[in-house]
Amino acid sequence: MSDTTAPVATTPPPRDRFTQAARDIVGGGIGISILAVVLALLVGAVLIATTDEKVQETAGYFFSRPSDMLSAIWNSVFGAYSALFQGSIYNFRADDFARGIRPLTATLTFATPLIVAGLGVGLGFRVGMFNIGGRGQMLVAAAAAGYVGFAVPLPPVIHVLVAVLAGVAAGALWGGIVGLLKARTGAHEVIVTIMLNFVALYLISFLLRTPGALQAPGSSNPKTAPMLDTAIFPKLLGPQYNLHAGFLLVIAATVFVWWLLSRSSMGFKFRAVGENPHAARVAGIDVNRVYIIAMVLSGALVGLAGVSQVLGTETNGFSAGIDAGIGFDAITVALLGRSRPWGIFVAGILFGAFKAGGFAMQAAEGIPIDIVLVVQSLIVLFIAAPPLVRAIFRLPLPGSIKTPRVAAIAEEAK
Amino acid sequence: MSTLVDPAIAPEKVSVVSWKGTIALGIFVVVAVGLFVGLPRATETSTFSLATGTDFVQLPNLVMPTFATTVVAIVLLAVLAVVSALLVRAKRRPPLWLTVGFALVFLFAFLTWASSGPLPLQVPGLLIGTVTLSVPLVFGAMSGVISERVGVVNIAIEGQLLAGAFSSALVATLTGNGFLGLLAAAVAGVLVSFVLAAFAIKYLVDQVIVGVVLNVLVIGLTSFFFTQVLSPNAATLNNPERFDRLPIPVLSQIPIVGPTLFNQTVIVYAMYFVVAGVYFALFHTKWGLRVRAVGEHPTAADTVGIKVNRTRFINVSIAGAIAGFGGAFFTLGLVGAFGKEMTAGAGFIALAAVIFGRWDPIRATLAALLFGFAFNLQNVLGVIGSPVPSEFMLMLPYVVTIVAVAGLVGRVRGPAAAGKPYIKS
Repeated sequence: MSDTTAPVATTPPPRDRFTQAARDIVGGGIGISILAVVLALLVGAVLIATTDEKVQETAGYFFSRPSDMLSAIWNSVFGAYSALFQGSIYNFRADDFARGIRPLTATLTFATPLIVAGLGVGLGFRVGMFNIGGRGQMLVAAAAAGYVGFAVPLPPVIHVLVAVLAGVAAGALWGGIVGLLKARTGAHEVIVTIMLNFVALYLISFLLRTPGALQAPGSSNPKTAPMLDTAIFPKLLGPQYNLHAGFLLVIAATVFVWWLLSRSSMGFKFRAVGENPHAARVAGIDVNRVYIIAMVLSGALVGLAGVSQVLGTETNGFSAGIDAGIGFDAITVALLGRSRPWGIFVAGILFGAFKAGGFAMQAAEGIPIDIVLVVQSLIVLFIAAPPLVRAIFRLPLPGSIKTPRVAAIAEEAK
Repeated sequence: MSTLVDPAIAPEKVSVVSWKGTIALGIFVVVAVGLFVGLPRATETSTFSLATGTDFVQLPNLVMPTFATTVVAIVLLAVLAVVSALLVRAKRRPPLWLTVGFALVFLFAFLTWASSGPLPLQVPGLLIGTVTLSVPLVFGAMSGVISERVGVVNIAIEGQLLAGAFSSALVATLTGNGFLGLLAAAVAGVLVSFVLAAFAIKYLVDQVIVGVVLNVLVIGLTSFFFTQVLSPNAATLNNPERFDRLPIPVLSQIPIVGPTLFNQTVIVYAMYFVVAGVYFALFHTKWGLRVRAVGEHPTAADTVGIKVNRTRFINVSIAGAIAGFGGAFFTLGLVGAFGKEMTAGAGFIALAAVIFGRWDPIRATLAALLFGFAFNLQNVLGVIGSPVPSEFMLMLPYVVTIVAVAGLVGRVRGPAAAGKPYIKS
């Protein structure tokens, strides 16, 4: 219904090229995405302002001195968003560029696991499978990579490689169970992934409190020993920044998934099964095999997120909370990126920025970081429904050749 | 019916039997042998306490010899598995009682093994807790069943539960009236559903996307308001009175059954009516027929004059009201205050119960009770001490669910049009 327009029997008026270009930009995909972000931030601003104590106080005498309340609103919203910006992109209050740019590297560090886990979930979506098992896949991958990382001394470069491979293999195994059960018995992947999340959680909790398994020697806390130096991802920009080589792996993974989906015959089968498994089967594609391979790859990618957490970000040892909700955040990232590899890449960086900035905002302005969840989910909702954004901003349809007046009528008519 | 069909042209009856169920039973037998014989208990007897103080008749404690009981159980389980195998070999489908009987024997043996020792296992406590912990799951599952039966995939159960929990706590505190809190919970659930319906039906957004995002949105909103508003003013905004247990006269004094089912809060009694109501309405009323028609074949439903999108809108809203109402149980029935993300994934378990129960209200309720039993078993066995590392006890229900879903439920098919928007052409 959204794409159909009432047939209008008027001849199109001549348009000059620039108006058309401007129209395509505001009405098209990129414009909608930007407007969606703006809308979501506006809603966030309303929430911040209405719960601000100063604003509530000044609202009591709004009619005698409205300027007080307006300035209180401005202060609360501007303070929050400037803290968000300075915590995620560039800190203007820093002495020099090297310190000022640190928030941007924090953003990329937060984005690293989000992107690669998002790629895993997105790959599942493209095959028509809903992988809610990110948490479990991350946990087993973190456990495997972490165990190699602190308990198996190996020569420098080889150590990192073996640890990464161990983690990715564990994630692939955990995802592969789901694919295998779906292919062999028809078990619904939503149930199996949810159940495997819990199984992984308890398995890791057990290993973390068992001496000789994951528990740090001589400690009674459910936490591992720090990673050996040889297993830690090197810092990309020197020791003062947290950004680590995991980010390069993530770029490589994005290129790989892009190649897989749009340039390989396996990717073609993936997309065919995702579009219509029955038609794919008729066309001679082994649908069950595709399910298994897709879940193995999906688990491996999500596993890489767990690996990047233990070998890059939390190198001082980890506990059962190492997944930090990334397995679920990845679903939103994949949705925002529309399951396209580079879309997920950008979405991951955006969400990484929100995460980095959200912590800064919480510390500086005392605004709960949960507001970030609200803004993120609103962005995905608005982007998913372009007609809604167009209706709010009274935008014409992209490529529409009608006069604004007719477009407005068509919009109203829906 | 059979007399009306001419045998010559009647289609040949093809019975499809599968080995999966039997294989699953075999796996459980191996698990039983591994646990009960491989890891025998040091203590010799298991005690089941069956009575509560208010019963008509005080049932005596049941004392079982641990090892002998488990061995007898293993033999029984093996026999049942063999019977199942023989039936499948004879191309006959193993009857339902066989599976149910197998499950009961396995459960009894497991409890005997796990509770072995001087401390008795409080059976009424185990069952009461089961019902208590299942309540939000059952409400969530009913919401999922209605919504999916009408053709809208409802991943937002978690959000509906959480919104219900939040608003019921707030409204019940402000008004001092728990029933207004329940009403507010239902309204909050409808609001979440309304967004789901608006985006899924009007703007044709993928239903899974909207559901997932709505969960995040509700978690974000409730957590934000909790930290920013409720926490600093906990006494005036987040201090609802819990509903008291309301024993039903006579019925609540029946041993075991009474305290389990008839000494509960108002919300639990409401649950019985909701489950019965959803079952009756879906399968025995015109409304239910329409709902199922819209979910299975919207085009056909449209042809006979059912307004597809309006039916979907209304029923998704009803589903939201039910889940929101169930969410109130967290605050008004269980905890007595709202807490950040207090539903802790119950909505996803409810979703699993919907699929496990094959989109059928009664089966979904049973699945939800099974999950509730599993959660509560962890608590109860934690108190009397468990033989294997507690994490593996905690893991077991999830492993059992996976085996059951893979072996017994198998290839399930939901409502045909679930997840697909209906575009009238």
